[in-house]
Amino acid sequence: MHRLHAEGASRWRSALPPLVLALLLVVLPHSATWFHSAWPALSHPLYARTSFLALTGAHLFLVVLATTLSVAIGLGLGVLATRPAGRSLLPTVRAVAVIGQTVPPVAVLAIAVPLLGFGAAPTLLALVLYGVLPVLGQTVAGLENVPPAALHAADGMGYGRWRRLVEVELPLAAGPIMAGVRLSAIVGVGTATIGSAVGATTLGAPIVEGLVGNNPAYVLQGALLVGALALTVDAVLGAVQRRLPTQR
Amino acid sequence: MIEFEHVCKRFGDRMVIDDLSLRIDDGELFVLVGPSGSGKSTLLRMVNRLVPVDAGSVRVGGEDVRSLDVETLRRGIGYAIQSVGLFPHRTVAENIATVPRLLRWPEARIRERVDELIDLLRLDDPGIGTRYPSTLSGGQQQRVGVARALAARPRIVLMDEPFGALDPLTRESLQASLKAIQRDTGTTILFVTHDLDEAFGLADRVGLMLGGRLVQVGTPLDLLRHPVDERVSDFVGGTRARLRELAVRRVRDSMRAGEHADGEPLDADATLQDALGAMLAQGRERLPVHEQGRAVGAIVLGDLVARGA
Amino acid sequence: MWALSVVGMLAALFPAFLLIAPNRLLTGEAIRPQAWPLALAWLAIAVCTGLPARAARPVVTTLAWLAVCGLPLLAGLDARIALSEASAFSVRAQLGAGFWLMWLAAALLLLDRLRGLRVPTRTALWVAVLAVLVGCAWVGVFDALGLVREWRAQRAPFALATVEHLRLAAVTLVLALLVGAPLGWWVWRRRRSDGLLVGVLAFLQTVPSLALFALLIGPFAWLAHLWPALGSLGFGGTGAAPAVFALVLYALLPVVRYTVAGLDAVPSDAREAARGLGMSRAQLLWRVQLPLGWPVLLAGLRIVAVQTVGLAAVAALIGAGGLGRFVFLGIGQGAIDMVLLGTLAIIALALAIDFLFQGVLALTERAP
Repeated sequence: MHRLHAEGASRWRSALPPLVLALLLVVLPHSATWFHSAWPALSHPLYARTSFLALTGAHLFLVVLATTLSVAIGLGLGVLATRPAGRSLLPTVRAVAVIGQTVPPVAVLAIAVPLLGFGAAPTLLALVLYGVLPVLGQTVAGLENVPPAALHAADGMGYGRWRRLVEVELPLAAGPIMAGVRLSAIVGVGTATIGSAVGATTLGAPIVEGLVGNNPAYVLQGALLVGALALTVDAVLGAVQRRLPTQR
Repeated sequence: MIEFEHVCKRFGDRMVIDDLSLRIDDGELFVLVGPSGSGKSTLLRMVNRLVPVDAGSVRVGGEDVRSLDVETLRRGIGYAIQSVGLFPHRTVAENIATVPRLLRWPEARIRERVDELIDLLRLDDPGIGTRYPSTLSGGQQQRVGVARALAARPRIVLMDEPFGALDPLTRESLQASLKAIQRDTGTTILFVTHDLDEAFGLADRVGLMLGGRLVQVGTPLDLLRHPVDERVSDFVGGTRARLRELAVRRVRDSMRAGEHADGEPLDADATLQDALGAMLAQGRERLPVHEQGRAVGAIVLGDLVARGA
Repeated sequence: MWALSVVGMLAALFPAFLLIAPNRLLTGEAIRPQAWPLALAWLAIAVCTGLPARAARPVVTTLAWLAVCGLPLLAGLDARIALSEASAFSVRAQLGAGFWLMWLAAALLLLDRLRGLRVPTRTALWVAVLAVLVGCAWVGVFDALGLVREWRAQRAPFALATVEHLRLAAVTLVLALLVGAPLGWWVWRRRRSDGLLVGVLAFLQTVPSLALFALLIGPFAWLAHLWPALGSLGFGGTGAAPAVFALVLYALLPVVRYTVAGLDAVPSDAREAARGLGMSRAQLLWRVQLPLGWPVLLAGLRIVAVQTVGLAAVAALIGAGGLGRFVFLGIGQGAIDMVLLGTLAIIALALAIDFLFQGVLALTERAP
């Protein structure tokens, strides 16, 4: 009884952010009068340079693209590092993952600019580079924590190395890996927001413009939307994580 | 002296202790024995107020435990548990010194007492006082636990299955140590166990608890010879009760004084179990009994069997 | 490991080692004065890495060590030569991607190679690297680099920004500890109802930092409007106050989580024995739980500290000061050296704090 209740509650909880996001996207473009009454002194109470929908779409696109690339690289490297052939790579990979966590996303973004100029490109690079780390770290941790008994059983049953990886190791490591993907995506949403400061068209644009031009209405609009987006992404990935086959 | 008067305790809708009254005398080693879930640990923990009483009262030294400040009460009562619960971040010496420190004894006195206890509990490894619990064996850890319970010279010590997790040899050794210490210090000990042999070996008196009630109280021999009802006799082993008796009774009580016999002598203090074992080993039905080197009598197999009733 | 050498080789040949720009605002022209010698050196490393011979290993380690010390020196000298041939004073020599990639590859290689040695030897070698680099900096080897010239030109603001950044982080940590530790204790005591608090904190964690910083400006400005006296504390809307508030919010969840973990570090039978022997709750906390749980909490604080340094960089966007200001100002002006200065300083700060905490942890580690 209790479990069902909890499941229903969490399902409801994960449906809430996307609903709020959708609500905001529908309501905000028409809320000029409300913002005007809150801040009568502002001449432009509603951010109109790009539509909110376009901004959200661009932001989401960036995050999805970056996360996909991060997962591909992170998963690949993580698998390689845990194979017998790549064993020598493992300590370095671990060291990089640890050191990488010390470097803030802003720094990566800032370094990307001289390389790629302004706009979406450096933001994407920063997102991918920074997004690889959690996925990599979690992939290694997850694969290393696969119960050895399961591996022995697989070997005993005659699974080849590749098949063992795909059918035993990855499914059992799926939980931690998914947690890494989720973290990567959330940090990505945040970093993409800052990317507006280097010219990327994301939901950070109204925030940055609002900060620069002293327009709290812009700031609020951007912040609400990006907050809802972040929670949506987290809710969706959280739901995926919950549906994974649980181990033990 | 510990007194329980019509004590009741309920967990949810279960009556864990049901109108229990008991009196434990000063200097007694009283063992509460019974199967798991009989409420013996709960009763024990009412003495130092780790478990609150629902109805009735518990009195220590004539005073209701609820009328005393709980920490003062606990510092005057030793407490040793099965999982020991040593502080992993403190050395053996520091662990033992826990209550004396709480009582603010002078450092010199604490040091002296710790050394005394290390000797008493036969923690023989030199320098063991500066070691950490994780480097000790299970038996050593439990000895430290007992030392810690005795450190502040409490008048009462509560022990909750302290030797349960140990191997039989270590257990025997600790039981002997405990018995010796108790004899020397005259501390009142309330000991809980589910192991009947341990209970009978240690106790001055035994209380058998079944389902939250005290079914019979008496010396081990009382329970073996005169079980109050079928449940008690089942618990003390039915036909095995006779064998259990042998472990409790002493040669001196069953020997024929002044008579002679051939063979390796038995000490008068030995148990009848030892006597039977010696007889079987030597293939004799009569063995001489000595006390402090002098022959005092003989023990005869026929007498042991004849005493059956 | 040969992969790193390949990266090094390619980095020597293709991306710019240095960029010579007419002034600090424009992108420079790439130069690679020692492209071929460096590429050959990397080839040598690659070959030695592949060799099974035991003599090859120290060769690789030595080469890697030399590279970590030598590449910056080389860059400094090349920059000096390039500038001496330049006509205008404003000409800048910027470190190119080639340099960074090679240096990083060398550092990773060295890190891996040193792993096989004992701790004292390892520490000595790293300290030696630091000594060489600091010594050369002192002597002025790097002075021709745009990075150093930028720093020279902005010494006072840079120092101020560093202090501001540290202050933001320190205040955040202290406040987060003051609020989070008791909260953690409370959560730990009432295991059942921890869902709500932890849920709220976790919810806050997902909100992008910039958004949270920006959102808090309004309420803080309003507060400053109501009580002007607060303005003196930095409550004036933009500034340190909303930043610290947000930073503390971000730090609360890890602090609570690690406090709970620290309290869990005490075995339950030790707790029962302590209570049974007559320790009060306060004594239990002081004498047993704190000593046993402290290392766990400290390990968590390390993570929180590093995270805070990183987040504080973003706070510069709402006017909180700190090294982030250099980063964003530089991006705005297009002055790459300024961006690098800020970024490197932030990374160095984060690493330094990480090492500091590691050191403290090692020192306070008592026998288990």
